[in-house]
Amino acid sequence: MKAVITVLGKDRTGIIAHVSSLLYEENVNILDISQTIMGGMFTMIMLVELSDQGSHFAQVRERLMALAESMHMEIRMQHSDIFDAMHRV
Amino acid sequence: MLNLSDVLQTNKMISEQKLDIRTITLGLSLLPCLSAGPASLPQAVYDRICKKAENLVRVGEEIEADYGIPIVNKRISVTPVSLILEGADPVAIAKAMDRAAKAVGVNFIGGYSALVHKRMGLCDEKLIRSIPEALCETELVCSSVNVGSTRAGINMDAVALMGKVIREAALRSRDSDGLACAKLVVFCNAVEDNPFMAGAFHGVGEGDEAINVGVSGPGVVAQALKAVRGQPFDVVAEEIKRTAFKITRMGQLVAREASRRLDLPFGIVDLSLAPTPAMGDSVAHILEEMGLERCGIHGTTAALALLNDAVKKGGVMASSHVGGLSGAFIPVSEDIGMIEAARCGALTLDKLEAMTCVCSVGLDMIAVPGDTDESTLSAIIADEAAIGMVNNKTTAVRVIPAVGKGVGEELVFGGLLGQAPVMPVHKGSAKDFIARGGRIPAPIHSLKN
Repeated sequence: MKAVITVLGKDRTGIIAHVSSLLYEENVNILDISQTIMGGMFTMIMLVELSDQGSHFAQVRERLMALAESMHMEIRMQHSDIFDAMHRV
Repeated sequence: MLNLSDVLQTNKMISEQKLDIRTITLGLSLLPCLSAGPASLPQAVYDRICKKAENLVRVGEEIEADYGIPIVNKRISVTPVSLILEGADPVAIAKAMDRAAKAVGVNFIGGYSALVHKRMGLCDEKLIRSIPEALCETELVCSSVNVGSTRAGINMDAVALMGKVIREAALRSRDSDGLACAKLVVFCNAVEDNPFMAGAFHGVGEGDEAINVGVSGPGVVAQALKAVRGQPFDVVAEEIKRTAFKITRMGQLVAREASRRLDLPFGIVDLSLAPTPAMGDSVAHILEEMGLERCGIHGTTAALALLNDAVKKGGVMASSHVGGLSGAFIPVSEDIGMIEAARCGALTLDKLEAMTCVCSVGLDMIAVPGDTDESTLSAIIADEAAIGMVNNKTTAVRVIPAVGKGVGEELVFGGLLGQAPVMPVHKGSAKDFIARGGRIPAPIHSLKN
């Protein structure tokens, strides 16, 4: 299944490194990354592919939440279908 | 590839503009319970609800987590109970529904209902007379009564009875500010697949089960309109349509997913704009964003008409099956903008009645003075039913007599039900009008065949 990870927060070194190494450990494949600084805020979305098991999704999301807390960032992971549904006819 | 701004827009709608799925409602037929016989009926009802809805809340929470979209309520609607009542004790069934709803963890269960738009049968009348007791003896049960339709006219005997029932429900629940009345709706042209409470029931044409989803999102629409301030109404309508499309697509996705995971048939998406008392989640504020100083002043009906129509036009292409009430809701106590407008006197009962001619519901969550007599309550219902009957639309009345209180005071329900400033009603008696009984005939345009 495909999921979208959104990372928002104050810019600092190592954000991409932390997120991507976590994903590497979880065997999650990164399909695409888009990153920019908007109004001084680090803003990144990643399209990733992970196994179809619901438990894997939950586990990765939980680890990302913990990472978000430790880095004082806002991280979300959502099923990519929601964005396709809302923004594609 | 996904567009950065699309992703951020969706997440902003959810986190800042309070976009949510208002409800996943499992529609459930209770007709299979009939074989149990009257004595065992409450247990059969309990068992069937628990069996069919056991995974509803868990699946709702899983979808919530997977898509990152809040699903505020998980609910159940059942066959109108009057249809299965033969020989059984209605309040015992209400209690069984309440226990089952608590066992499976849903927020509300609707369907303690009777459809009496032409005449009341014995079971219908028994159920209606039991409503005050049933609603006060249970917590999660919601009740509705359909007293009129465009095809059948208005059953004025039922209208008269509902005035009494509402009054009694208010008296019995006076300690909780008339909460029982907040769980009771009187309809004209009730729909059979409505996922919203308190008026949800599972119609007889609906099959054994159905997953119906109600979306929301007044905050998103209000925010979108801020971007087109001062521009002509053509632009306003386009903007609302675009937003409604996005909201409904999300509802459709959740409905399909819930249906797949629960292995139950998908029914409809109800694309209503349902407000909450939270700041930034108000239908009144959308109307005010269009340029009205306050909701309720002259211009409000036109603004609401545009909103209601544009929501439907935007939403209808986004879902394979649109149903339920689908439009804008205007419950006074559940909308911070309406509460403020009612407090300062800009929004009156008469204006609300006019607004119900052009939106998807009726007089909703309105507190009236505690000394309002039952014939006046019935007359309010009759007026509203007449609007529904003649205009071929659903209308409803959910009024709460504020026992021991008058204009200037407020009823406080808390949570999504919010708080209702007591609004004045017209003086003068409609007693002789209501005492006539009988039926108001269906309008000439009901003869379409």
